Amino acid sequence: MQPITVSELTKRISSALSVPAFQSLAVEGEISNFVHHASGHMYFSLKDAHSRVKAVMFRSRNRLLNFLPKNGETVIAVGSVGVYEPSGEYQLYVEMLFPKGTGDLHLAFEKLKAKLEAEGLFDAARKRPLPLLPRKVGVITSPSGAALRDIIRVLTRRFPAVQILVFPALVQGEGAPESLIKALQLAQDTDCDVLIMGRGGGSFEELNAFNDEQLARAIANSAIPVVSAVGHETDFTIADFVADLRAPTPSAAAELVVPLQEELQRAVTSAAKRLVGALRRQISAERRFLTQLASSAALQRPDYRVNQLRQRLDDLFTNLTLHNTHKLALRRSQLGNLAGRLETLSPLQTLARGYAICSDAEGHVLRSADQVQPGDAVNVTLYAGLLLCRVEGRKCP
Amino acid sequence: MSEPKMEELKFEQALARLEEIVRLLEQGESTLDESLALFEEGVRLARFCNDKLDEAEAKIEIMVKEGRIEPLEVEEA
Repeated sequence: MQPITVSELTKRISSALSVPAFQSLAVEGEISNFVHHASGHMYFSLKDAHSRVKAVMFRSRNRLLNFLPKNGETVIAVGSVGVYEPSGEYQLYVEMLFPKGTGDLHLAFEKLKAKLEAEGLFDAARKRPLPLLPRKVGVITSPSGAALRDIIRVLTRRFPAVQILVFPALVQGEGAPESLIKALQLAQDTDCDVLIMGRGGGSFEELNAFNDEQLARAIANSAIPVVSAVGHETDFTIADFVADLRAPTPSAAAELVVPLQEELQRAVTSAAKRLVGALRRQISAERRFLTQLASSAALQRPDYRVNQLRQRLDDLFTNLTLHNTHKLALRRSQLGNLAGRLETLSPLQTLARGYAICSDAEGHVLRSADQVQPGDAVNVTLYAGLLLCRVEGRKCP
Repeated sequence: MSEPKMEELKFEQALARLEEIVRLLEQGESTLDESLALFEEGVRLARFCNDKLDEAEAKIEIMVKEGRIEPLEVEEA
């Protein structure tokens, strides 16, 4: 059998541990030999009645702990198993650590958070902007809590004319999520245009009402933007992730929700001033332009243009008269010409010499006796007057 | 643009329009008639905004039962 090096052995064990079964697990045990090293890392052992395992929680992970682990305390450690190669010891690399009891709650929290995040409930695109100046601020919290007093104090300080409507709700213990959901639904039918939902600081269990899945969905479905304000700066709840805005504390929520009244007043006043200034500038510019126009030659001698026009009018009139006189003479000579021609064609001269024109009842001139029958009416036009006759007989050619 | 009715206007819309009008006037590209109309609208908006800011005293109420609202007394801490 070919011997292998110690390093090779350790590597093989290390890679044997790189399977899912050892990479993501939760281990329950009692803490012993706890050392918080100067480097910031935590070293300890987890044990039960029969066994013990070494554990390390690096500074980057244990910074987020909201309790200090103690020897003898039963905890749930979430992490992976690996080999510390220099000493060939396997140990637990702890990512998260919860005191036993709340451990289950924390695990449920992480699971729900992952689930809702995967559903997109925390997406930035879902977050609605808060109104610049809310008409009415709804506050969903315990009516007896310090959080409500803090919120009201800050709201009224920033905006003395603020309208506040409080929706009382249970914020911890049995029935709290349902109570919060009910208050949120009641708020939907009011004219509030932003809601603050929250409570003061407390233990993880006390804040747990804000980690409820149904409450998270109710917040996501609210037609009114919701600002969450649960506990202190370091407390994060599911409600914080799903809300349109997370405020680190209830007072901070009040700061975020209403503007400073004086600031807005300043903005309006400054806009009004600029408005007046801009119009005034335009008017004086127009006035300068007008003065310039008034000093132009045309306006300095107002009769100039009139005289120009008058002369032009005279010219036109003269042209018109000349033109008409010429045209009239032409027409007159044309008329004389036509009258002469008309004279020679006229039958009047012939009639005057004793001829007559005979026509039938329709006025057709008759040129032959067979154009009529005996008994037909005919008209005979003389030089002077008309004879109305009837045919007695005829002699056809 | 069609001008929304003042009473339906939200404060931020009014302020945004007021600022737009100020910009337009300051650019000075409108005719005097247009400018006068803008100015008039701007004055109305500024008054509306000021009214909104000065509106009434603070009102703090609490919903005691579904739909029933009462004034809330706040004890100073």
